Amino acid sequence: MPKDGGIGASSKRREDVRFLTGAGNYTDDINIRGQAYVHFLRSDIAHGTIKSIDTAAAAGMPGVVRIFTGSDFEGVGGMPCGWQVTDRHGQPMQEPAHPILAQGKVRHVGEPVAAVVADTAEQARDAAEAIVLDIDELPAVVDMKAALESGATKVHDDLNDNLCYDWGFVEENKDAVNKAFDDAAHVTSLELVNNRLVANPMEPRVAVGDYAKGTDDSTLYTTSQNPHVIRLLMGAFVLGIPEHKLRVVAPDVGGGFGTKIFHYQEEAFCTFAAKACNRPVKWTSSRSEAFISDAHGRDHVTKIELALDKDNNFTAIRTETHANMGAYLSTFAPSVPTWLHGTLMAGNYKTPLIYVNVKAVFTNTVPVDAYRGAGRPEATFQLERVVDKAARELGVDPIALRRQNFITEFPYATPVAVEYDTGDYHGTMDKLEEMGDFAGFAARRAESEKNGKLRGLGVNCYIEACGIAPSNLVGQLGARAGLYESATVRVNATGGLVVMTGSHSHGQGHETSFAQVVAEMIGIDESMVEIVHGDTANTPMGMGTYGSRSIAVGGSAMVRATEKIINKAKKIASHLLEASEADIELKDGAFSVAGTDKSVAWGDVTLAAYVPHNYPLEDIEPGLEETAFYDPANFTYPSGAYACEVEVDPDTGKVSIERFAAADDFGNIINPMIVTGQVHGGIAQGIGQALLENCAYDENGQLLSASYMDYAMPRADDLPMFAVDHSSQTPCTHNPLGVKGCGEAGAIGSPPAVVNAVVDALQSAGKDVTHIDMPLSPDRVWTAMNG
Amino acid sequence: MYNFDVVKPTRIADAVKELSDSTESQPLGGGQTLIPTLKQRLASPDKLVSLSGIDEMRGICTGEDGSICVGGATNHATVAAEAGGYPALAATAAHIGDPAVRNRGTIGGSLANNDPSACYPAAALGSGATIKTNTREIAADDYFQGMFATALDEGEIITEVRFPVPEKANYQKFVQPASRFALVGVFVSKYADGVRVAITGASNDGVFRWTEAEAALSSNFSADAIDGLSLSGDDMISDLHGTGEYRAHLCAVMTKRAVAAAA
Amino acid sequence: MAQVSMTVNGKAASGEVEGRTLLSSFLRDQLMLTGTHVGCDTSQCGACVVHVDGQAVKSCTMLAVEAEGADVATIEGQANADGSLNVIQQAFQDHHGLQCGFCTPGMVMSAAALLKDNPKPTETEVREYLEGNICRCTGYHNIVKAIMAASGQDVSAIAAE
Repeated sequence: MPKDGGIGASSKRREDVRFLTGAGNYTDDINIRGQAYVHFLRSDIAHGTIKSIDTAAAAGMPGVVRIFTGSDFEGVGGMPCGWQVTDRHGQPMQEPAHPILAQGKVRHVGEPVAAVVADTAEQARDAAEAIVLDIDELPAVVDMKAALESGATKVHDDLNDNLCYDWGFVEENKDAVNKAFDDAAHVTSLELVNNRLVANPMEPRVAVGDYAKGTDDSTLYTTSQNPHVIRLLMGAFVLGIPEHKLRVVAPDVGGGFGTKIFHYQEEAFCTFAAKACNRPVKWTSSRSEAFISDAHGRDHVTKIELALDKDNNFTAIRTETHANMGAYLSTFAPSVPTWLHGTLMAGNYKTPLIYVNVKAVFTNTVPVDAYRGAGRPEATFQLERVVDKAARELGVDPIALRRQNFITEFPYATPVAVEYDTGDYHGTMDKLEEMGDFAGFAARRAESEKNGKLRGLGVNCYIEACGIAPSNLVGQLGARAGLYESATVRVNATGGLVVMTGSHSHGQGHETSFAQVVAEMIGIDESMVEIVHGDTANTPMGMGTYGSRSIAVGGSAMVRATEKIINKAKKIASHLLEASEADIELKDGAFSVAGTDKSVAWGDVTLAAYVPHNYPLEDIEPGLEETAFYDPANFTYPSGAYACEVEVDPDTGKVSIERFAAADDFGNIINPMIVTGQVHGGIAQGIGQALLENCAYDENGQLLSASYMDYAMPRADDLPMFAVDHSSQTPCTHNPLGVKGCGEAGAIGSPPAVVNAVVDALQSAGKDVTHIDMPLSPDRVWTAMNG
Repeated sequence: MYNFDVVKPTRIADAVKELSDSTESQPLGGGQTLIPTLKQRLASPDKLVSLSGIDEMRGICTGEDGSICVGGATNHATVAAEAGGYPALAATAAHIGDPAVRNRGTIGGSLANNDPSACYPAAALGSGATIKTNTREIAADDYFQGMFATALDEGEIITEVRFPVPEKANYQKFVQPASRFALVGVFVSKYADGVRVAITGASNDGVFRWTEAEAALSSNFSADAIDGLSLSGDDMISDLHGTGEYRAHLCAVMTKRAVAAAA
Repeated sequence: MAQVSMTVNGKAASGEVEGRTLLSSFLRDQLMLTGTHVGCDTSQCGACVVHVDGQAVKSCTMLAVEAEGADVATIEGQANADGSLNVIQQAFQDHHGLQCGFCTPGMVMSAAALLKDNPKPTETEVREYLEGNICRCTGYHNIVKAIMAASGQDVSAIAAE
């Protein structure tokens, strides 16, 4: 029987009521008396030298408060990068300055050059149009490989070249890997593109800066996944505001998918300008602006090779990837193609030798950073595509080849520096075969063929690494931040609890699922637990939500804080019950003495904590409030197996998804309804990447897919119902809940399934097509079939 | 948007007068293309003359010759629901944009804009419709003059579009996956005196008639009649969503499907 | 500036607007009905869908003056008289048809318009009707399921949770 509350229950989401009645409080819903509006004048050319910016006419336009240009920010810190990668030769990456407003040069279409603050948004835009910009256009650097040729135009004149870093992993294994390829019975190689994407949360970014002159306090309301990270980066590295004088609030946030992790110029600008103008300053991005100012995702070009012995055992993997950084380093950009990508290259397989080379490249494009999965989808895609290709070359069943090479013993140390704690890859594959009704595929294919369509089945596995940690390790890898999480549990006198978490919810339903955990631990109703997040003024220093880390890291911190609460409450109960603390048991919201019928209710204990008349004041303090910081010992490693069935219309090349099945292992599950929803959304984004979404630039650095007129977002009629299962559960061994994380799995696991399926369909018609680069749009599929 | 005044006359004559009063004025149909254009500040009219209050420009009727007459300010949803006398026209309207767009967008607005990927131009040209304005009647063959270009003069308003009802017709739209406009859309109609094939989405010159296919289908109205016929991709739109060659190929595929589905 | 008057969620509402003021701006900025969201500027995403005289429209693509005298319904007016969620809203909660909530007002308003015209839509009809409403979180699975459930259809055979 499904539970009706607590851990494992599909509790309905409490946050839904406000969202369903129009009562949410998103950043753009916040308006502060007297606020002015900023419009950013953005570069419409990709690369050029700024000769002059004439603001004289604009300054006299109606409503204009003040116009800012790059020169107003001399002496102010630039946008910081939060991760320093060390290259193959032990040298730090090249790290260019990243100004709030362009200084000297513009380096991508969309880079803010000037900012007009005015009484209304339209006045600000009117005046921005009156600014006269004189820019000498330079050749745009767009193609990554061309960018690395000697003599190529440099994106940053003060750097040696356009190479951010040349990373080798594990460098010491390189020779052994090369030898394994020399000795291989079979080598499969594949060159592929992991297409650039735009995250496109439905809520565009918004920032409202406010300044209290009387107290010198600054407040930023922003659409962020991690308000504390913004406070630290912006306060310490950009504006020089101590954290105790800076509050960052991320209220209801309409989706993030990674792109709202990063600290953006507009946030720093609004905070700065609010003080400079002594008025609140608001910026609301339009969708068109979002396309040229939100950090993009993916954009890797990879060659992967897989070596096999005569028995089809994988013996080595070798990859070379070019990873686009864009024009500047976004907050966590350098970590994505390296530590979030190279460490995943073992996948689900016991390949003994792996070497990953990544060249990160500056181009005159929007900065690229983490997008749902961040490095892990890129790793999974190339690995699962090359395994599929190998199976076809060898004439063996793709599932059998995978099963033969599965890791089956845990813990398992991969040759790419991580140790998987638990997993059951045969278990998820077994589940998938059952869900996918593979036995019925031949009949379904025959039916499709009768209707003039080709049908294909694609299968793949994935491994994910969530909750990147521990902090001392990631520090050695170049992170300039800790990766713990925090929680404060405040119990009120009447027994209700407020949990202040450093995690942030922007669609994940933490207000519901986090409450389920605490309610279960104490044995009280979920309605007695309130979850607070998103405001640095009332939550402990937290690292926020990304990388599927919230329940594994933030949830663990909350468990630790709740354990402290329970321990203290037991002390109080032992006093009230006049029994030994060791004999006190907590069950169903009451403390009892083991082996007796003596008990005291939760509410009586909490009341005693705040009205400490009958209370052991000599031993413990009054009150019931505890904080915990949790720094995980390791990543968690969710895994799974996905299957996609497509129909291809051979006349038009159009691909339709007919069936999609996902068998995931997320360890223990708090709220199955929410987990299933996370998988649905991830699959939709993965299918979007595979079939629809294409962020493309022309050779001049102009963005071709700059609105929903050209950037194809998945719509309801592009997708089928999904079969999702997470009954395979190998709990994580090193966090208290045994949870692994589920937010990114769908986006990681689905693209290779789709592409494998399309290749299968085309080969079933005798087409010699071994790969098509994403997105598999109708014209690309048709061209591949007829090329 | 730049600011502008909005007037909402209730008679065609008043709308015409409002438009002639200012050279920077522009008629506003449903606004489903114009308003996004204004948001991008790609146009700067000083006055918009809303046509939504003119009752005589709204609705669908059947003419004495059996033709279907659609008022210029009639929205797509109304055509989809009420143009049952010309099922292929109703079906075309039912797939323009999305439901909310169909509740606002009008046939007059669409034809006046003549977007090279819009559906209505294919229906009008493919039906040999007559575009009736406040001053004259224009045959569809004379009306469409290239991408975003029409025979309309400044200040001229489409008051009605008259569609002769064919024996059979069908519209096949292959959507551009992002905008959901036609990557290629083919409207085929069979009249007693011949077949018309009008194609939208494909050509750099906007909607056009595929005369070779029309000739073949006029003598043999079956999908097979298209076998062996092809268009050149050289003058077709080539973009992120498909090359000219691909669009040319789709023209033939969609024409065959329209013929097969024609009812 | 022009005076505009309309009925919004059953109550008279009026204000001074410019010609260029969008209905979405009038609702959000003047009437403080911030449940109507703006997610794009090309009339694609549908977060701004409201009903004007009973018809679903994109309020970011309609001038406020064009709604003069109209009967406008927004997400804020959808709950039952006692404040409880209406059938569609409740189905969205029951079937987890929303995550971040940003597209949700438009989804609910489009769903209401669909079910008014088509009280028992098929899955395909629901998906096609939602062509103008983009959701980035849910993959639509649970939105489609919620709308079918709200129409009184048995959705227990549709996969999962």
